[in-house]
Amino acid sequence: MQITLRVWRQAGPTTAGSMVSYDVTGVSPEMSFLEMLDVLNERLINEGKLPIAFDHDCREGICGTCGLMINGVAHGPAKATTTCQLHMRSFRNGDVITVEPWRAAAFPVLADLVVDRRALDRIIASGGFISANTGGAPDGNAIPVAKPDSDSAMDAAACIGCGACVAACPNGSASLFTAAKVTHLGFLPQGQAERYRRALSMVQQMDIEHFGSCTLYGECMEACPKEISIDTITRMNGDFLRATAQPPVKEAASAGI
Amino acid sequence: MELNARVPAGPLADKWERHQFDLKLVNPANKRKFTVIVVGSGLAGASAAASMSELGYNVQCFCFQDSPRRAHSIAAQGGINAAKNYQNDGDSVWRLFYDTIKGGDFRAREANVYRLAEISVRIIDQCVAQGVPFAREYGGFLANRSFGGAQVSRTFYARGQTGQQLLLGAYQALEKEVQRGGVLMNSRSEMLDIVTVDGRARGIVTRDLVTGEIESHAADAVVLATGGYGNVFYLSTNARGCNVTASWRAHRRGALFANPCFTQIHPTCIPVSGDYQSKLTLMSESLRNDGRVWVPKVAGDQRSPDSIPEPERDYYLERKYPSFGNLAPRDIASRAAKEVCDEGRGVGPGGRGVYLDFAASIARLGEPKIAERYGNLFDMYQRITDENPYKVPMRIYPAVHYTMGGLWVDYNLMSTVPGLHVLGEANFSDHGANRLGASALMQGLADGYFVIPLTIGDYLANAKLAPVGTDHPEFKRVEAEVNTRIGTLLGSKGRRTADSFHRELGKIMWEKCGMARSASGLKEALARIPELRAEFWSDVKVPGTGAALNQSLEQAGRVADFLELGELMCRDALEREESCGGHFRVEHQTDDGEAKRDDSRFCYAAGWEWAGEGAPQRLNKEPLAFENVTLSARSYK
Repeated sequence: MQITLRVWRQAGPTTAGSMVSYDVTGVSPEMSFLEMLDVLNERLINEGKLPIAFDHDCREGICGTCGLMINGVAHGPAKATTTCQLHMRSFRNGDVITVEPWRAAAFPVLADLVVDRRALDRIIASGGFISANTGGAPDGNAIPVAKPDSDSAMDAAACIGCGACVAACPNGSASLFTAAKVTHLGFLPQGQAERYRRALSMVQQMDIEHFGSCTLYGECMEACPKEISIDTITRMNGDFLRATAQPPVKEAASAGI
Repeated sequence: MELNARVPAGPLADKWERHQFDLKLVNPANKRKFTVIVVGSGLAGASAAASMSELGYNVQCFCFQDSPRRAHSIAAQGGINAAKNYQNDGDSVWRLFYDTIKGGDFRAREANVYRLAEISVRIIDQCVAQGVPFAREYGGFLANRSFGGAQVSRTFYARGQTGQQLLLGAYQALEKEVQRGGVLMNSRSEMLDIVTVDGRARGIVTRDLVTGEIESHAADAVVLATGGYGNVFYLSTNARGCNVTASWRAHRRGALFANPCFTQIHPTCIPVSGDYQSKLTLMSESLRNDGRVWVPKVAGDQRSPDSIPEPERDYYLERKYPSFGNLAPRDIASRAAKEVCDEGRGVGPGGRGVYLDFAASIARLGEPKIAERYGNLFDMYQRITDENPYKVPMRIYPAVHYTMGGLWVDYNLMSTVPGLHVLGEANFSDHGANRLGASALMQGLADGYFVIPLTIGDYLANAKLAPVGTDHPEFKRVEAEVNTRIGTLLGSKGRRTADSFHRELGKIMWEKCGMARSASGLKEALARIPELRAEFWSDVKVPGTGAALNQSLEQAGRVADFLELGELMCRDALEREESCGGHFRVEHQTDDGEAKRDDSRFCYAAGWEWAGEGAPQRLNKEPLAFENVTLSARSYK
């Protein structure tokens, strides 16, 4: 197969970028999209040019590191598939493929196709956890969890934090990402103590990070490689509303360390 | 050098309990005066960083990925073992200990393995409390399955994403501590060297992968949780970024590297499809619970699998190992696959593959049940191969998966460099010559949640450290060395990419130091690798500069270290003239082709000591004393 790539090239965070075209020959349908980029990069280096920077790691669709806008679609044309699991058999000989980084105000470009997604970490840090310090846990079976609840929690917990939902959203909202965590922990009995406070903090952090608002377009769910349901956003909104309807929590001064 | 493991005295079952009492404590008010650096944010690193921060230590955590949640622990599929005996099937701490010692072919340290089994039960409790969505039964209790070479059901799992869910639990605990101010998280930051002052680990030198800046970080102790070195083979199930650099730099500063040749080849991976292949994908071995492994009886049989009738199929694992069958441990299943392919009975393009067939299970349980158990794995297989495993048997082949070897540590998880501790896959301590399924997650979390938070206090309380800052001359000296090395890589202006050297090294390692090793093959590799390394330094081509994001430079530095490690692995494999676990020397096998251990000569952990540039490492031995189990031939027949 032979294809033409139009790739966003940008030397650094503060430099202007542009689209650059590359013809790639000898593409096998069995190659992954990233392996095709590897082949191109190897050629660019041999030609004395700078290879295309892109994020990737596990290459089996679980770490959430990779993520490209391919022909304007987050992670490309295959449903429920990360960029690294997308194979060239999804394209045809002679195709022109446009490759861009995630586009969102909260994800600044660092170089070429690499963006800074630390805002997602900060959303988790704002409350996406159960405060259970190491050591004090009761026996695992002391907290029975109804199987449907456990399954629903797991469905939401499958989020890999790739940021495709943000990139796909016309508003650049991180609602699906945030709602997935709110839903995962909110379905479990262990997560109840901090449930409403968690939703409140995480939604507030989204705003601080300059993610856009959710208007339920649903593009996020279409782009999500793990098929996280938009229903999670309804749950998050419910928890958030309930949190805001409650009187503000008075934080007790923390004791000890 | 005498390798003193500092294993506490007393009966096996009391050692850890008693040791915890004997460990010195740091006063709660004093903990915040100590800074601990944690390198790596996988299960071991994230759990260690979070737990030490919860205790009050100042923690600085580093990872080369863009977020700590990306660490490769996330890719573990199958599960995590714990001796809960929830299934009432006869499990116990002792049984998990024994299975792990035996599974490791009696090349692990008894006391460490017992402690691991003991702690396993608390890990499950901790993870449940954090909200890890383990699989449940309808009654709301935790579900278990049997897994990789165990005859009890002690494996806890979260669909096929157990590693992901455990890591997210540890990551969330870590972020909780970041928010509280106990942990300073540095992502996209790669450790390039370790700094010792007066013989103690006092900090690290890193490269900011975005700006290229070389930075020093000082601390009272350093913890490496930087994973394994399977990518020395180029193709492995490891993430592309996994590398040995942190461990190798520590080795060059005095940390002994133990049993480097003990690598695990996982039997169930998707076969290679072409030269461009960048990694191999694991299919969880939980699939072997319901899948049957077979090849045609006759070599060169090109028929499609559905047209090969039952009598002409060889279910070779069931035939050779009737009691364990398709669940035979990883090293044994991998070698058996290699054997049938070497006989010309392999299937698929290139003949390097065997079938993993679900037809019988689908007929017995129905497709929905199989989909519930393995749906995500089947989907992944179909995405990669474009074949539907519900209709056509999967094709699998062994691939490098895990490295049991690593930096030598004592019972407190401290290396031979005082103050430098090593956790998880990066150390060598618990899996001997072969790791059983669902034990890696257990070890990473045991080390991080429950061992290091206690043992680090003992070190800090005893060490009486003078304050050291990054203005200390040692930091400047190491920074200069790091800069010189980067300059050399960028300045070499050769003709070949770092990747091309990596692929060549990987091929040598796979052929000469892979599933079957011979003295002659290892000697060939030992002649070839130093040549390749010399070619690398004179002919590598690294584009761009050091002062910006430069993935080629990152890669080149890692390949340079793999080129040194590969040689040591071959030396270790040559030195160990026995077969044990994943280390199979063709000269040492029984009449029916099973591994032949030599306990009289090789019942030790090999600790290799850096002897300076250009000089061969010195071998030190930690004799392994088995006081509680009887060394026996490992049979799964």
